[in-house]
Amino acid sequence: MAASTDSQVADIPPSAANPAAHAPPPASRPHRRSWAPYLLSAPGIALFAVLLLVPLAMTFLLSLNSFSFYGGIADVWQFDNYIDILTDSYFHEVFLRTFRIAAVVTVLCALFGAPEAYILRRMDSPWRGLCLLIVLGPLLISVVSRTLGWALLFGSTGLVNQGLMALGLIATPIEFMYTETGVVIALTHVLVPFMVLSVWASLQRLDPQVENAALSLGAGPLTVMRRVVLPQIVPGILSGSIIVFALAASAFATPAIIGGRRLKVAATLAYDEFLNTLNWPLGATVAVLLLLANIVIIVGCNRLVERRYKQVFE
Amino acid sequence: MTYLVLDQLTKRFSNWTAVDRVSLTVEKGELISLLGPSGCGKTTTLQMIAGFLDADGGRVTLDGQDLLAKKPNERGLGIVFQSYALFPHMTAAENVAFGLEMRRINRADRDRMVADALKLVGLEQYGDRHPRRMSGGQQQRVALARALVIKPSLLLLDEPLSNLDAKMREEMQIELRRIQRTVGTTMILVTHDQSEAMALSDRVVVMNKGRIQQVATPQEAYDRPANAFVANFLGRTNLLPGLVGNGPAGTTIVVADSVWPVSQPLPSGPGALAVRPEKVGFVDAGGLSGTVRTRVFQGTQWLFEVETAAGRMTVIRQHDGSPLPAEGGRVMVGWRAEDMAVMPAAEPEASASREAA
Repeated sequence: MAASTDSQVADIPPSAANPAAHAPPPASRPHRRSWAPYLLSAPGIALFAVLLLVPLAMTFLLSLNSFSFYGGIADVWQFDNYIDILTDSYFHEVFLRTFRIAAVVTVLCALFGAPEAYILRRMDSPWRGLCLLIVLGPLLISVVSRTLGWALLFGSTGLVNQGLMALGLIATPIEFMYTETGVVIALTHVLVPFMVLSVWASLQRLDPQVENAALSLGAGPLTVMRRVVLPQIVPGILSGSIIVFALAASAFATPAIIGGRRLKVAATLAYDEFLNTLNWPLGATVAVLLLLANIVIIVGCNRLVERRYKQVFE
Repeated sequence: MTYLVLDQLTKRFSNWTAVDRVSLTVEKGELISLLGPSGCGKTTTLQMIAGFLDADGGRVTLDGQDLLAKKPNERGLGIVFQSYALFPHMTAAENVAFGLEMRRINRADRDRMVADALKLVGLEQYGDRHPRRMSGGQQQRVALARALVIKPSLLLLDEPLSNLDAKMREEMQIELRRIQRTVGTTMILVTHDQSEAMALSDRVVVMNKGRIQQVATPQEAYDRPANAFVANFLGRTNLLPGLVGNGPAGTTIVVADSVWPVSQPLPSGPGALAVRPEKVGFVDAGGLSGTVRTRVFQGTQWLFEVETAAGRMTVIRQHDGSPLPAEGGRVMVGWRAEDMAVMPAAEPEASASREAA
């Protein structure tokens, strides 16, 4: 019976398949406005407003103030901080580094995470669950202790360098601490589970027979991957990339510990402005600009994904 | 001309044998059905022919070539999957063109062949649609075109019509038969639907528990089932226990208070007699006596349940105005000797697996 129901759904045009289209008109007369939905969502909206919108608005207002070492924060409303940041090559460097690290981490997560998810899906039942747990494991550990672990491994006398030297692969220790390489490695480890989960979700929608169909039509295993599997999980990779990019660009703990004071990214810069220089308005400006840049990049990517795959997945 | 040969093909899984020494020969251009309940090994057999499962024993030769030695992507078979397995990110035409691209056929020929294939299945207007925007029946046709366009040496169809609604299924049966006549491709159809198998096939292979029960034309399998499983699986049947005896008058089978001549040689001992409900009539003498328990009017026909000493029987009579017994009446049921099939006693599991189906 289930089979025939399926086919009936398929025969209905997509718009009519939406159950709402079949729902009877509401019983109440149209001119009487129902307040229940608003009241029911009020607690959530209040929480959202108090915890997110208000602090964001205050941060933005703070970024308009000015700061001097002797006068402290002055209640003026101007865009001087923004002009400072946009014209100073020091800030350019920090922001460029932030997004360079985020981009490299995103690419690495895609390169590792997508095959990882594909292999996981093809595993048999007991191993699959175990390996999934191992992949998602990093999420269960505090980001600070996990990053401190990396710091131990990365030092010039750390396990990684000693191991590589013992194997004869390198002659002198590689600089991991306080370098972009170290930050990228640690961030990739932290963020790869998000990519795996996202690709995993898109693999769940993949009909396993599709690969067999391509094989039967004469495609080799590599062609099957490239022409059939990959295009279908691209939306998953792209949405995973958006998550990873956003988290990598605004990451604080990992760059703070591995990158230190020498290698600043936007998040650690904002932190230093707030807590060391005590230039709160400048810190707020950095935070607002980071948020804006993130939103622009993510919304732009999302548009791209939606436009490219509108035809196929809806 | 023998084209495809399965020889003692076997597949074992960890705790059961899915396909047990299946041997079969298929002629070129033939449409043959593997028919049986779920778990009978028909799909496993198909998957081994396609190369998606490795056989544990036996051989498969196609046109004299060893098929099992080739990789699935080198076998050149066309396959239509139950789920259609279309590439959702490609249009119908791109789906159909995929196999031709893999064969490195030049653009102009490819476009022409894709157009021809879509025309063959009646979808010439739908080439640039994506599968998600097509109905189940249309997707089915695209899958068929995609499998046929590569001119496969063998077309395997795995429950191709089971995801369609009843009306669509009937339409596709006719369509499939027409296409098979047009292109003349040898086809193997896997199905659990006996009416589908009978409507489409030149021969049916009835399978149960990994073994072939009977290979015959649909009519032969229906009229002369080889055993109780086949009799039960192909449509409704009355299966009556009896005793086979070999006397001076030839072989006979005794069912309760009636005796029937048996045309084929059969060892003496317990046996079973199978006769279709529509072949049973009410007679005055020389039949099996019983009582009408229920009678149901079904428009064109009457359905009777008759309690006899050999068990409950189903009788179907046409609603043609002839007098019919009432409920509770004492009757005698009979049939022509050539309308029945006699077989060795039913194995006990045969009726159980009918339920499972």
